[in-house]
Amino acid sequence: MSSAITTGFIPQAKPRPPRAPGENYLNVAFGVRSWLFTTDHKRIAILYLVTVTILFFIGGAAATVIRLNLMTPTGDLVPADTYNKLFSAHGIIMVWFFLVPVVPTVLGNFLVPMMIGARDLAFPKINLLSWYVFTIGAIITLWALLAGGVDTGWTFYTPFSSKYARTNVLPTMIGIFISGFSSIMTGLNFVATMHTMRAPGLIWWRMPLFLWAHYAASVILILATPVLAMALILVGVERAWGIGIFDPELGGDPVLFQHLFWFYSHPVVYIMLLPAMGIVSEIVTCFSRKHIFGYVFIVWSSIGIAVLGFLVWAHHMFVAGQSVYSAMIFSALSYMVAVPSAVKVFNWTATLYKGSIAFETPMLFALGFIALFTMGGLTGLFLAALGVDMHVHDTYFIIAHFHFIMVGGAVMGYMAGLHYWWPKMTGRMYSDFLSKLAALIVFVGFILTFLPQFVLGYLGMPRRYHVYPPEFQVLNVMSSAGASILAVGYVLPLFYLFWSLYAGKPSGPNPWGATGLEWQTPSPPPTHNFDETPIVTTGPYEYSMEESAGVH
Amino acid sequence: MSEPITQTRTYYTVFAALIALTLVTVFVSFLELGAWHTTVGVLIGVVKASLVGLFFMHLLHSSKASWLAVLAGLFWFAILIALTLSDYLTRQVIAY
Amino acid sequence: MSTNESVGAASRAAPAGPARHAGPTILAHHFASLEQQRETATFGMWMFLATEVLIFGAVFTCYAVYRLRYAADFEAASARLNILIGSINTIVLLSSSLTMALSVHATRVGRRQMLLTCLLLTILLGGMFLGFKVVEYYKDYVENLVPGLAFDPSEWTKVEGTEGPVHPQRVQLMLVFYYIMTGLHAAHMIVGMGLLIWLVVEARKGLLTPVRYMPVEVIGLYWHFVDIVWIFLLPLLYLTGTHHVTDLHF
Repeated sequence: MSSAITTGFIPQAKPRPPRAPGENYLNVAFGVRSWLFTTDHKRIAILYLVTVTILFFIGGAAATVIRLNLMTPTGDLVPADTYNKLFSAHGIIMVWFFLVPVVPTVLGNFLVPMMIGARDLAFPKINLLSWYVFTIGAIITLWALLAGGVDTGWTFYTPFSSKYARTNVLPTMIGIFISGFSSIMTGLNFVATMHTMRAPGLIWWRMPLFLWAHYAASVILILATPVLAMALILVGVERAWGIGIFDPELGGDPVLFQHLFWFYSHPVVYIMLLPAMGIVSEIVTCFSRKHIFGYVFIVWSSIGIAVLGFLVWAHHMFVAGQSVYSAMIFSALSYMVAVPSAVKVFNWTATLYKGSIAFETPMLFALGFIALFTMGGLTGLFLAALGVDMHVHDTYFIIAHFHFIMVGGAVMGYMAGLHYWWPKMTGRMYSDFLSKLAALIVFVGFILTFLPQFVLGYLGMPRRYHVYPPEFQVLNVMSSAGASILAVGYVLPLFYLFWSLYAGKPSGPNPWGATGLEWQTPSPPPTHNFDETPIVTTGPYEYSMEESAGVH
Repeated sequence: MSEPITQTRTYYTVFAALIALTLVTVFVSFLELGAWHTTVGVLIGVVKASLVGLFFMHLLHSSKASWLAVLAGLFWFAILIALTLSDYLTRQVIAY
Repeated sequence: MSTNESVGAASRAAPAGPARHAGPTILAHHFASLEQQRETATFGMWMFLATEVLIFGAVFTCYAVYRLRYAADFEAASARLNILIGSINTIVLLSSSLTMALSVHATRVGRRQMLLTCLLLTILLGGMFLGFKVVEYYKDYVENLVPGLAFDPSEWTKVEGTEGPVHPQRVQLMLVFYYIMTGLHAAHMIVGMGLLIWLVVEARKGLLTPVRYMPVEVIGLYWHFVDIVWIFLLPLLYLTGTHHVTDLHF
């Protein structure tokens, strides 16, 4: 027992029984129990992958009905209150049950330990617990949304949510509250792992940018989620017992709820974006065969986004009745957060410059991310301006802006990462042609869906309306047509990725010729990730263009 | 290289200080301080909390990472309260 | 917290499910050294406490907003809360923190009997706190201090010694915060008592040793944090208004 005591922090490889040839985390055990009681971070990542994919398509179904309904100005498909429940369900599912967890819990869970050369996350049981908590929260929310629904929108603004709404507000909030703890557990696990479990030689400044991005996102998860939890509790208490914390009739202030809500819900955008940015950093440098441009700048921009992202929340409340002085401060701070975001885009562009670029599928998605994120970010600057925001607040301009960030940014980044690491996760290659086609369809469909919405919003079409003046119909039909193309782009990967599991070519340990620890172990990886604890001697992106000729 | 073991004597001393400060803060509430009660009470609370954190929770001998977590928690709480109050404390000022 | 990672090195023979114990190994399979494991456990708990700071921080922020806006009403309501029980509970809770800290000391020097005594004392003091709290809630009920259940607006239209008029609705707001904050704190106490009971079981099995002292240390951190929250609740809720020495009664 006492022989286990060692001094110093450098992890030492312990003798382990040799691995049977071909044994990996997928075939080491079979059966439902081996999945439901696993503490292997890679298996938990697969559990999450299945869960969030299902939730994504449920949220997508709600979006489909919304877009179908908006084909005609009179809203002929669904009645108004059903429409309210649909957009609420779409927002709630997509934000809390897809976009927030997707990259950290799927790719992050799978890759964080592998990238730092560890055998697992710091708290494997908590990692499994987080999946159960997430799933329970998701089931409660789905039940509440299907059995009656919620009509408050995903923002739960008071006093409507606390006093007037006669829908399933309370159960939905309970589901979101529960799933919030899964976010906290995941974030906590990542930060603890990165602090204490890095492989020998993997100093902070040799960490891949994917890890830095997850570090920054985890900080937000840990520090923002509790405030949302409390905000929901307060609304729940007010709703259940009729006491007036946010009720102006009883001395409360409804805007206070918005402060708490956006303290979480603005940084939450960066929880979605930062991991996606980490993915793009990995992919851009790999498929340019170049060292990433400005590694240190990208690291600090990730940290900068995590901190500055917390200082801008009240730009969602410019017309909500907050003080004008406060609005001015938040407007100025909102401009500041554009700086680290722009630093990243410049660095990716500079990495591409004179690179030996290969347009593989992950790279296509990553380039799509850069284009769409840049557009989304720049239109965000319009909204940070007080005067312009007065005009376009709560219009389709906002809808288009945040879909460019969340779908064009976060989902594109996730698709890029999924295609990049799919061979590592499964050991199989997917169809090259179909995956490139999917990347193209998603990009075209996305532009067609959301570009018209900028115009719609600028012309004054408000968000969340069930009907609209007939002169907006052309643009709305364009948007709905684009949405159907986008849907094809999202369904297609479902088929060829599944197909690759059975008929895909074995990918080998490193199909992309990438650097990074995760590529130095077989695909799929063994349960303990590495047969020998790796020792790191260089930075993460030691690519050279000379050797690239044979790789792609 | 474990953390040093805090001696019981330290714990008893800190406990005595905490009790003394509690008595002080309760005594102060009998004075006519009006709105200053909260300020004084919270300041004494900060001292007490620091004592608990540094000695009972061994922050004095904790790693930099633990300090980082503490400071992050406090810093983000400061952001939350300061920027929220930046709205409420300037509501009455007419700007236009 | 995952301090009970007492899983042994995963055995090849039993790969399915949680790894079986090859023996009473303290070191979890994915750590390289006990030092690393300890460091991770403490750091993990500190991060969780940072989360807790913001859980309570959100309520404290709401409280601050209304405290500043409705100063007179909040002070008037505060003056009616039971300062004697509040103060006694503070001392009870501080004492439980002392015994908790002594538990850590006892574990680290390997004094099992002292550890058990200190843990049981901590539980006892925690129980005392909650007992006093229940009595206090009952007294509040008797004294018409529960909005929605027992509250008489006419009591609050004239309050001596306050500046400006007092509005019953704003008094209710203060009382609502009193119940939310103390209730949230009590919920944390109950969780902490559960963890302490688990520690007693572990200690009785002789599983808490100078080598494996992390469970006590980490749960101690949580317990002290709950204590710190109360340290701030006392001035914010009970001492915000001016009291008289005659208020010192049950």
